[in-house]
Formats: sequence, structure tokens, C-alpha cells
Amino acid sequence: MTGTVTIRKAGPGLSLQDMGRPGYLVHGVSRGGAADPLALAEGVALLSQSPDAAALEMAGMGGEFTADRDLRIALTGADMRATMDGAPLVWNASHPWPEGAVLSIGAARLGTYGYLHVGGGFDTPKRLGSRSAHLGAGLGTLLDDGETLPVGTDAGKTTGQVLVPDPRFDGGALRVLPSLQTDFFPADVLERFEATEFHRDIRGNRMGARMNSDGPGFLTDGGLSVLSEVIVPGDIQVTGDGTPFVLLAECQTTGGYPRIGTVLPCDLPKVAQAQPGAGLRFHFVTLEQAIEAETRARDAVKGLRSKVQPLIRDPRDMPDLLSYQLISGAIAGNEEI
Amino acid sequence: MAQVIDTPPAGDWPRIRTVGFDGMLVSFGETLNEPANRAALAFRAAVERAGWNGVEESATSLVSCFLRFDPLYLGHDTLRTDLETLLAERNWYDADLPQGRRLWRIPTIWGTDLAPQLEEAAHQAGLSVKDAIQSLSSEPVRVQTIGFAPGQPYLGELPSCWDIPRQQDLSARIPEGALAVAIRQFVLFSVTTPTGWRHVGQTAIRLFRPESETPFVLRPGDEVIFPPVSREEFENIRSSGPDGGASFEVIR
Repeated sequence: MTGTVTIRKAGPGLSLQDMGRPGYLVHGVSRGGAADPLALAEGVALLSQSPDAAALEMAGMGGEFTADRDLRIALTGADMRATMDGAPLVWNASHPWPEGAVLSIGAARLGTYGYLHVGGGFDTPKRLGSRSAHLGAGLGTLLDDGETLPVGTDAGKTTGQVLVPDPRFDGGALRVLPSLQTDFFPADVLERFEATEFHRDIRGNRMGARMNSDGPGFLTDGGLSVLSEVIVPGDIQVTGDGTPFVLLAECQTTGGYPRIGTVLPCDLPKVAQAQPGAGLRFHFVTLEQAIEAETRARDAVKGLRSKVQPLIRDPRDMPDLLSYQLISGAIAGNEEI
Repeated sequence: MAQVIDTPPAGDWPRIRTVGFDGMLVSFGETLNEPANRAALAFRAAVERAGWNGVEESATSLVSCFLRFDPLYLGHDTLRTDLETLLAERNWYDADLPQGRRLWRIPTIWGTDLAPQLEEAAHQAGLSVKDAIQSLSSEPVRVQTIGFAPGQPYLGELPSCWDIPRQQDLSARIPEGALAVAIRQFVLFSVTTPTGWRHVGQTAIRLFRPESETPFVLRPGDEVIFPPVSREEFENIRSSGPDGGASFEVIR
């Protein structure tokens, strides 16, 4: 069964995203894909479907949507206020979406990027092997009011599943590996870099996030001219005035600013999801520690499906309610749980 | 085409370094030079031929070959050893350029309101506008790398008078097809973007065609010459399709 989703009202940053398009770095196209790949994996687990399904990424807020068939959906990533024909929907869960019902997704309550997944995935044509919009490369665009999106065949039936997300929406500690130019920064600057609390600038986008802090910038020794060199997501570029920028999924493929370090891939969703003002701290780890962290993160993704639980409708029927981490502050208390 | 053979860089090059968690970079020099650029291209071709399990993609930048790999499958130490072994196989600085290179002719309008910084750039290079056009349009330049944006080439090396800095302030918008100059290189823009490079020529070629069988027009090692055309010819070319009047022949 296939169908179509209509965007009745689009928030300002809606785009289709999957795991991106690896393999085109040599042609100047960065991988791109979801700003928070873990949120994609959570949607895949909730709907028990293929990991390459494309979902709707919603920056800051969602929009209003209808479907012309009965569909299944899952909501993951930044917790947004969602209703189905006016009835509240639990975030981080899967739900039925009856034909004609109005799905309304409001502003993010915690985090930046929310994701709307549909059973069968959004089935737009692939370009260079992916359905992801890559705005910097001119592949795809932000979605607008009135657009329709085809939905693929859904092999599953189950809804009413819930998943407790790995916390990553309110800043925190970021593990960093040394990069090509880390040694160009004096020891006291590196020390101060690790001791400083940064706040994500409000102007962040899919290409990168500026890290604001009080106090002086983080400058290299002397006037430094760095030959343009390959960039990877997670690289922390320091611009001329000493401000660090963490590069995200849709970064350019080369750059000439010195890099003070690189955030581990498994900690990058924390940067993408941190809402403006959330505190972030960097600390250097060894390659061994990085391998351990990445191994654990990959195992956690593999284990997501086994963590999916039935969504219990009445909290009085949940004897272990207190054991659920319902993300402090994210639940108003009157939702249908 | 005469090849300038510089002396390969001495000292501790080539160097192997990690890039983030899952990247490894083999660099053949600290500054852009012809043998190091050639070495990077040839080494990447060898990496692709080797087809090591766990290497997910490779690319070149100006003087380096980059590998993205899965460190949980192929350990950093193992990959480093494999790269050292491959490096020791030959002197990469005297490797041949890639096979099947092409010489492109891409018609260009120099200066005018379509490329408003020619005069300023010529002044920086110490040339009259006429001599600047002559200097920039008469000799082929080579695609040294593709990067920053899809299919977008860095081309060089230009005569030494073109060792001019990038602008301190960015131009807010340089259009697709723009030819811009700095530090003895051209960038031929594949997208409309802000830039610090000076806009000296305008072409009508689309370098990135995502709907096409060959989405990326230029390849590293290709040579390009930018012959001047009149405004009238340029307008005709511009309305004639994505090639922008460009033609090529295979270099033998």
C-alpha cells in the first residue's frame, strides 16, 4: 500500500533526509544526510523497517500534514508538541495515521531537529544514490506549503511502540580527537578550550554551528596560513577572530581554517541537537577511548530494536513508571501516555 | 604541453596523519607544488586499485590523498601499515598524471559587468587589463583538485604575478560559472556562493549536473584554457545549454 503525504503548512526548515550520499567526496559533495543520524535509527527501530528509509527532518518546528491513506508514523529527535486531529501524541513513539487525519507538529520543546518517519519511508526519486536534500550542493530544497511526498510500500503493521532516547538534546560534554592543526594552538589555549563552557549560536544550520563563549578567542601562534585540506563532519574550525565552529553533516569538503580538534561521530548529534544557549564542553580523548566510545555507540544502535516497548496507555498501569526516563522538563504531564 | 618539474619536497614527506575518528590523510607536501599534486592523484588511484576492505571512500585534496574507513573493522594501525607499504613501492612524486586526461576550451567573457573584479585583480598583479587577459587566457591550467562544492575545480598554476591574496571581506554572491583568481589559482564556481576570490571572468558552463549520466564534468588532471569571447558570442553560448560552448579533446 502506497500513498501520499501533503504538507498543508510547512515549518521553516523541513527537508527529506536519509543517511546521505557517501562516496562523492572526491567530486566535492559531502555526505550530508540527517543532522541527527541516531534519530533516523530510532525511527527505523520504532517502525521495524529498512535503515535507508528517508524521513522528514524538521528544524525547530514541524508543520501540518495529511495523508491520503492509512499510514504508520514514528516521531523522534527533538521533542515537539504533536497532535493527531487535536489529540496529543507521545514523542519517541509510533502511531497510526488514519487517512485524512490532520497531523500537527509544533515547536521543539527540547532540542533542534525533530523527525517524522512514515512506514515505507518517503519514496522520492534518489539523486546520486540518496533522497537527502543537500542544500549547499543544490540537491533538493526545503519543503513548502502544499507540496506532496510519495510514501513507499509499508511491510509492517505495528504501532503503539515507544523508545527511550539516548539523551542528547540539552548540551553536555563532547569528546574530541586532536586534528591536523591541534598542535598549532599553544598549550594554554588548548587548556582554556577544554575549560570553557560554550553555547551554540542561534544561527546554526545543517552545515555547522558556531560556538559562543565569554572571554577571548582561541588563536593559533602567529599569522597562520593553512593549505586548504579535506574537512570531515565534527571538525572544529577556528576562524580568524578565534571563534570555533563545529562542522555538521552538510559541511563543505575542503577548508583552509585551522582545526583545533574533531568531535567524535557518536557525540555529533549532541551538537546538532543542542538548542541555542545550551552549554557544551569539549574534552580531548585518546584514539583508544574514541574506539571504545564508537564501539559502544554502534552496539547501542544495533540494540535499538530490542529496546522498543509497547506504549502503555494508562500511567496507572505502569508500575515501573519512575524507571522511564521521560526527559526532564519535556513532558507537560497532561499528555496521553 | 610542457610540464614544469619542480624538486620533490624534502624532509619528512610524505606524512600519514589521522583526520578525526575515521579518516586517514597521506600528504605529499606542506605547500602546493606540481609533483606533490601529481603524487596525491597517483597515490589515490593506487588506493582505489588496492580495494582494501574497510576503506569506504577516498579523495584527493591539493597535495594529499584522504581515506575514510571503518576503524571498528579496519584498525588504524593496520591501515597505517598498509599505507606505508604502498608508499614505499615507488617514488610517487614522479608518477604519471591520470590516464584519459582532457584539454577543455571553455569560452569566457573577461571583465565587464559580468566579471567586475578583473581590473582590481590586474592591478594587484601589476598588469594592464589587456595583459591580464592575455596572461590568464593563453595557457592551459590544470585541475589540481575538485572540492568545496560539487564538481568545483581549483586550477593552476598561474604565473607568479598572480600570487595575489584573497580579499579580506567576502563577496556576498559570486554566480555559477564565475572564474575567480587568487594565490596563483583559479576557482571555476559550480554553485552560487559567497567567496573571497576575485571575480575576473564569467563562463556559461554548468559543472554539476545531478540529473545527467555524468553529473561531474571536470576531473583532476584535466587541463582547461579559457579563450576570450565577445559579449554577443557569450549571450549566444549562454542560451545554448549547459555546456556553455565548452569543447574538449583527449590529451595523448
